Amino acid sequence: MLTHEYAGNQLQLTDEGFLVSAADWTPEVAQSLAAEAGIVLTPEHWTVITYCREDAARQSGQSPGLRRISQYSGVGMKDLYRLFPKGPGKLAARIAGLPKPKACL
Amino acid sequence: MGTAVTTPTTPFAERVAPVAEATRKVAIICSKGTLDMAYPGLILANAARMSGMDVMLFFTFWGLDIVRKDRMDHLHVSTVGNPSMHMPTMVGGLPGMEALATSMMKKEMARLEIPTVSEMVQMLSDAGAHLYACGLAMDMFKLKQEDLAPQVEGVLSAMDFFDKSEGAQIIFV
Repeated sequence: MLTHEYAGNQLQLTDEGFLVSAADWTPEVAQSLAAEAGIVLTPEHWTVITYCREDAARQSGQSPGLRRISQYSGVGMKDLYRLFPKGPGKLAARIAGLPKPKACL
Repeated sequence: MGTAVTTPTTPFAERVAPVAEATRKVAIICSKGTLDMAYPGLILANAARMSGMDVMLFFTFWGLDIVRKDRMDHLHVSTVGNPSMHMPTMVGGLPGMEALATSMMKKEMARLEIPTVSEMVQMLSDAGAHLYACGLAMDMFKLKQEDLAPQVEGVLSAMDFFDKSEGAQIIFV
């Protein structure tokens, strides 16, 4: 377990850098997490983040896999890689304050 | 919390947001054309891209079937010489057994929403993975690049493969 400061709060993270509690997440925390990956959040990013959080809420907190995001969020696969170039599979979930996705696709 | 709480700054940020020059690279060689040998390579390649790794796939020998337009969506499960089927080889060789096993596996994959081979190939291409075919195997099977899915970027020799995969972890399927 790690702690790190995001948006002025000391937050607990897993060893892989995902928020331990999705309840710690705020839009400001998302901006701070994104900045760490060199990303400035645009409305397209927010579409993805909002979809991930809504889907996770329906799936008992589990992060959606990337394929699911590309099918249902309205943002396609190519765009997901453009928006999160360092690995959308983990980054979208991480910035959305969700656990590391378990899905392989 | 029983576990030690640490407050690192840079090591953590580097780990979760690796610097560009540290990008991991993987090269996956697909040499088999059965359904059960096609998916591991395709799924690992996709997972690597999702994790932000550079990915190249090299299709050789029977693995070319994975990217052959006429075969990619008609790959079969092998029932003969496959001890994991738990079926006597002679039974596996009976007419219709292979088709039955294949259709059962495809149904199960559809239930789990696993994409078809052609969808996987498209997904990999959209994800920025690089797909190449083996020139020697192409000659052997008398194939031209137009016989392959358009997502295949080119035809490589074995030496080209090593040039392109320099520094990559290599997975052979």
